[in-house]
Amino acid sequence: MNALYSLVLVFALVLLALFGVETAHMAKLFGTVLPVVAVAVFLVGFAYRMIKWAKSPVPFCIPTTGGQQKSLDFIHHNKFDNPVTTGQTFIRMVLEICCFRSLFRNTTVGLKDGRVTYASAKWLWLFSLLFHYSFLLIVIRHMRLFFEPIPAVIGFVEMLDGIMQIGTPRMYMSDVLIMVGVTFLLARRLWDAKLRYISLVTDYFPLLLIISIALSGIYMRFIAHVDVVAIKQLTMGIVTFHPVIPANVDVSFYVHIFLVCTLLIYFPFSKLMHAGGVFLSPTRNLPNNSRIKHHENPWNDPNIKPHSYEAYEDDFREPMIEAGLPVEKDA
Amino acid sequence: MADLPKADELFKSINYTPPSTGWMDTPVDFSPGNWCYPAKVDKLEYLGLPNPRVWNPEDVDWKLPENWQDIVHEGFKERLDKYRSLKVFMDVCVRCGACADKCHFFIGSGDPKNMPVLRAELMRSVYRKDFTMAGKILTTLTGSRVMTEDVLKEWFIYFYQCTECRRCSLFCPYGIDTAEITMMARELLTLCGVNINWIMEPAANCNRTGNHLGIQPHAFKDIVEFMVDDIEEVTGKRINVPINEKGHEVLFITPSGDVFADPGIYTFMGYLMLFDHIGLDYTLSTYASEGGNFGLFTSADMMKKINGKMYAEAKRLGSKWILGGECGHMWRVINQYMDTMNGPADFLQVPKSPITGTVFESAAQTKMVHITEFTADLMKHDKLNLDPTRNDHIRATFHDSCNPARAMGLLDEPRYVLNNVLKNFHEMPEQTIREQTFCCAGGSGLNTDEIMEIRMRGGLPRGNALKSVQEEHDVNMMACICAIDRATLIPLSNYWAPGVDVCGVHELVGNALILDGEKERETDLRLEPLPGKEG
Ligand code: SF4
Ligand code: SF4
Repeated sequence: MNALYSLVLVFALVLLALFGVETAHMAKLFGTVLPVVAVAVFLVGFAYRMIKWAKSPVPFCIPTTGGQQKSLDFIHHNKFDNPVTTGQTFIRMVLEICCFRSLFRNTTVGLKDGRVTYASAKWLWLFSLLFHYSFLLIVIRHMRLFFEPIPAVIGFVEMLDGIMQIGTPRMYMSDVLIMVGVTFLLARRLWDAKLRYISLVTDYFPLLLIISIALSGIYMRFIAHVDVVAIKQLTMGIVTFHPVIPANVDVSFYVHIFLVCTLLIYFPFSKLMHAGGVFLSPTRNLPNNSRIKHHENPWNDPNIKPHSYEAYEDDFREPMIEAGLPVEKDA
Repeated sequence: MADLPKADELFKSINYTPPSTGWMDTPVDFSPGNWCYPAKVDKLEYLGLPNPRVWNPEDVDWKLPENWQDIVHEGFKERLDKYRSLKVFMDVCVRCGACADKCHFFIGSGDPKNMPVLRAELMRSVYRKDFTMAGKILTTLTGSRVMTEDVLKEWFIYFYQCTECRRCSLFCPYGIDTAEITMMARELLTLCGVNINWIMEPAANCNRTGNHLGIQPHAFKDIVEFMVDDIEEVTGKRINVPINEKGHEVLFITPSGDVFADPGIYTFMGYLMLFDHIGLDYTLSTYASEGGNFGLFTSADMMKKINGKMYAEAKRLGSKWILGGECGHMWRVINQYMDTMNGPADFLQVPKSPITGTVFESAAQTKMVHITEFTADLMKHDKLNLDPTRNDHIRATFHDSCNPARAMGLLDEPRYVLNNVLKNFHEMPEQTIREQTFCCAGGSGLNTDEIMEIRMRGGLPRGNALKSVQEEHDVNMMACICAIDRATLIPLSNYWAPGVDVCGVHELVGNALILDGEKERETDLRLEPLPGKEG
């Protein structure tokens, strides 16, 4: 049901763009105004959310440790799953953010012959990686539209991405891989009863949105054969604040860009913010050194004191003396 | 408990297919056995906690304070401002489900609300409604809901079906720690007077008598005397145990379960024998006679209050550093909270083993050393006179307690100790040990009999793992370093792997130690005859 809602929502967005540009002739709105607004909302929203998180203190040092602590010399210390220094913690975070280290551990549970079974389940890890990295590649490739001259690194990424030399226009690997990745993520959500059970509209919506962005992009490139020179004119116009709407831009471009704008605007208000949140997770970004170094809690209340020894002794002085236990004050 | 199903029946009843109704529309079962008994009035009154009253989770009316919704809302807001963890964890979950089948309670029950992600969603749904714009407007689309009495009741059930073991956190790509969320939810429940007796009574006892079992000082001394007697019976040697004495180098604190309950007492005897053997200059304390901290399951403030005793006592007695016994929750608090809340303990010194000279740099700030770190170091330096053959009748495995494993990383020290006192040691399957260890299902104050079926369900993964080493390697003993484990693992292994017993690591050390001037041993510390040495 939630998946269906999301699908309808995405369709509505596509129709909105088609109608807006074809019938209502609002190419200017869709092509220039909205992208500027979307980028602004994205940047401000992202920063706002990060600041909002960062404003709450981290009162306690609570890393989840994933291996042997640093202790005696002869006991091997697992530096990157149980870091004690900033450097080691940094590497833990790099592994987490660039390699999805925790997800790599994933197992799946089953019941068989009266036993609980555990099987390695790296699929989610693999397809998430595929998805995120191809997304990154695609974003980098698209940067060619916003630079003149085009930086060499973008050209290089593009060249690598199309290195398979399949078809004309050349097929990009990232286009294929992102579709594979995102389809897996969606299929998994629909297929696995447990996941379907926990999935909200806000889980399907971004997936479907990204699928439609990718599809519209592929359509532009392979079917509509859009005029890239014209599009570059348009994008450069935005970047240089001299907006132009070239005549011969196919409507599929407007659909594509409208969906991208939706994603940008949606991003800061949604779970997509995990992209920022992953940096701030106190169970991962802290070293496990609270036994070694002082960690300050800004709201630690000095008035909370233990039940005092004096009160304790007052309570039990007589039996203590009788039992021969030392006391501070004789009865 | 009479109606606890047989192990294989219980196993067959597990079904991972979620119900056809959405989770917000699936009612919660409030029949007895599904919840822990509410806290007694006098315990809450003693601790000064809100809304003490007699109530029953089975009743419709929970006698909540009139403005309970405001209390929860304000409390929630306050905690969002105080804890980045809560704020980030409320926002960034992508519901990828990587954590879903990592929780022992889910594995053993199949109840989808025991999937960590959904457990957290119980709280997140309210967060969205109360604190996010989208959630306020687009209720169903964003999965938000109003905080009603039913929601609060659901919280009570499911946040007291989480042992705060953090296994889910290990697998989450963002490190979302459902234990942290559970802690916050329990704080909010406590603000309304919705809490359980098995946490509040120990907390009240810890505060007053120094330990959760409510053992008073003179009784504590008596118990120690009994153990000294037993040690004499086994070894022929009478040892001296200082209590509440000033001017000793080390203050030793262990969970009171070790002093009181079988089989913890054997572990305690092991400690005492070890200290005698190396001539450690130490004292016990009756005022700080509990390492386990039931404040951890109540609120940060309560945790701080109870834990403060350790430093206060070390200061009063003039100790140089503190040695801590085998205890899970105690070490979570010591490792992650103690210095921040109760420190810095400048009046203490960086711990240095008086026997080997090793300086424990890893405890430079808290000045507290774990006994297995201490003993492993002694063994490495060959300072102990050991006869491991005395443990030949024991074929052991090791249960990593969640807290030391996932909030500290104390994994190899106990293994090192075990391997020095024992020939037959076998690991349970990889997915169930070390940082991936499974909870005993009785942690965080859930070690109570009225929820025995829930505990046995939660104990399934550990029980299964145990059964497999029992079958493959004839394992007959599961060692652990947590007093709650020593209490909860016994019914668990009786249920899932009958025939396996439970012990602390230092019980086996005690068995193996050759004390100066001791007699030929005929029994182990449990007074059971040593094979081949029968009188
Ligand atoms: S693993 Fe983390 S992100 Fe995924 S569902 Fe669980 S809590 Fe959410
Ligand atoms: S902390 Fe442990 S008990 Fe709680 S949800 Fe996570 S795995 Fe389950």
